[in-house]
Amino acid sequence: MRALEVSWHFLVDLVVGDDPKVAVAVVLALVVAGVLLLLGAGPTVVTGVGALAIIVAFTVSLLLDVRKSAG
Amino acid sequence: MTAASWALLTSTFVASFVECVEALTIVLAMGITRGWRAAIAGTLTALAGLVVFAIAAGYALTTWLPTSALQLVVGTLLLIFGLQWLRKAILRTAGLKALHDEEAEYAEQTESARSARSDTVMGLDAFGYIVSLKAVFLEGVEVIFIVLTFGLNADNVALASVGGGAAAIVVLALGLVVHRPLSAVPENTLKYVVGLLLTTFGTFWSLEGLGIFTSAGDSLHWWGGDWALLALLLFWAAMSQALIWGLRERLDRRSARTEEVAV
Repeated sequence: MRALEVSWHFLVDLVVGDDPKVAVAVVLALVVAGVLLLLGAGPTVVTGVGALAIIVAFTVSLLLDVRKSAG
Repeated sequence: MTAASWALLTSTFVASFVECVEALTIVLAMGITRGWRAAIAGTLTALAGLVVFAIAAGYALTTWLPTSALQLVVGTLLLIFGLQWLRKAILRTAGLKALHDEEAEYAEQTESARSARSDTVMGLDAFGYIVSLKAVFLEGVEVIFIVLTFGLNADNVALASVGGGAAAIVVLALGLVVHRPLSAVPENTLKYVVGLLLTTFGTFWSLEGLGIFTSAGDSLHWWGGDWALLALLLFWAAMSQALIWGLRERLDRRSARTEEVAV
């Protein structure tokens, strides 16, 4: 049980790091791109919109950070 | 050696270098405060674990996973690592975060190591051993992911390993010489460049990897093929610079308002 707990914390440390918002932003953006793909969008649209979604999600997470530190 | 080989070697060297500096900072703090035997033993145990992990992860990734699934998994991980580095670099450059985190990290680790209880296991200080082991293993796993991902995609894991290994040796040699955190290394610039690289490749591969969800399961293709990488790099660079500029403006306005209130 202890080993599982340690492994879980290690994995969270590795993937999520000190800011969970970045990991959440990436997953959300990829989900948006994945849904577009499943709805029948072509590769150019999926990759283009996906890249845009990643950039927007990252920018929002960064601005949330700044607002939190200012508040 | 071709230009692509140099690019692979440089990318893996720089990315691994930053991770190794972070691990060395913690090991040095443990060595100085809790004793070198525990810090070195923790480091060696982690390195042994990393060799096993690298062989297992490399075998699993190349044998079991289809290319698109590999791109989705490692691309997503690279993207998260890269954006975390980019986030820190943007906040530091904009003046919203302290520049020399390695010094702060060293001071924090040293302080917590001094105040920790002194338990010994098999003649070794338990705190120094565990903290050194965890730091080296955690940063080492990140280096392995970077080396394997870049190496597999360039079809040259051996050369990528040389880049990662060389970084570890250079950082270790620097650590032996200076015996204190490598705060002189332009860490923020390095992290910004590496963050841009990891983010660019992570964006490219993770979205290509979504092809695993199509009926054929093949990778998606970007418009313009590999040239899309260059476009992504330029776009991320412009975007991050715009964010730095915007955050600096905001900080300046806030300082000006504070001064007005004070007057």
